[in-house]
Amino acid sequence: MLNGVRGGSYARSAVSVKNEGERTMSVSLRESVQTVSDPRSLDASVEEVFQMMLGVSCQREDAYPDPGQSESVTAVVGFGGLLSGACVFRSQGEAAVKIAAHMTGMEFDSVDGTVKDAIGEICNMLAGTWKGKVPELAAHCGLSVPAVITGRDYNLHVQAPEFQLNHVYSFEGAHFAVTIVCDGLQ
Amino acid sequence: MSEIHTLIVDDSSVMRKIVERALRQAGLDPLVVHEAGSGVEGLDVLKSRQVDLILSDINMPSMDGLEFLRQIQAQNLAPGVPVVMITTESSEEHVKQAIQAGARGYIRKPFTAEQVKERVLPLVHAAV
Repeated sequence: MLNGVRGGSYARSAVSVKNEGERTMSVSLRESVQTVSDPRSLDASVEEVFQMMLGVSCQREDAYPDPGQSESVTAVVGFGGLLSGACVFRSQGEAAVKIAAHMTGMEFDSVDGTVKDAIGEICNMLAGTWKGKVPELAAHCGLSVPAVITGRDYNLHVQAPEFQLNHVYSFEGAHFAVTIVCDGLQ
Repeated sequence: MSEIHTLIVDDSSVMRKIVERALRQAGLDPLVVHEAGSGVEGLDVLKSRQVDLILSDINMPSMDGLEFLRQIQAQNLAPGVPVVMITTESSEEHVKQAIQAGARGYIRKPFTAEQVKERVLPLVHAAV
């Protein structure tokens, strides 16, 4: 379990659901793993969140630019229940400031508490929108509250995930990466 | 028109500001906003003053939005006041739980100001 996901009740309800005939119907994602890991769902989620909350359109990029020694901002929202894992948002400080400015209509000089809060919420909405595209996940996968990490020269490592989507996007010259890590499917 | 006192409950200060901006864009005027960062803080606000509208997130630490709703009902803190949930949780099950707990409306994040207008304004006009 990542990031204190409050998924206990989701996990219990996901294991077996009794229908009217008292037969036990298991809800499982195993057979729809192709749908869950479809990269288009992530692209559509990013577009939806950025269009609605920032009023901008994003482009897919081939690679994340070298961050050098500049400050990075990473937000993590954990998944728990039918799917365990996390949605990770990562950008450089300048991009985070730009995203927060578009989102709030305010101006920021640096990555302060409001910018971190904004990035956490963006990650939260990306996680919620992404899981909402698969009905089983929408109903049986919980989200943790966002955690935001800032610093320089750090890496995120996940050991042998079930699957991972890692896409880089940009808008108005600001780059960011969104990663969906799944380390367990029921 | 008299002031519309609105309680916005969300653990994100940014989201509270965005919701407030959307309400102003929707034409709620004159709007007086009271903010709370959790369900517990929201209950404290309701114990100290009357409001005309409540908007609450669901996924919050210490007391989530559904428990906040249940406590409002149990303690009869805001009789007749419309409560609208604004949340990333979008399944039918979540909507059902929110309605059962007493919510009158449901807005999924991300949202547009137009969606807030469509779902909140009729509730406010019916209640005021």
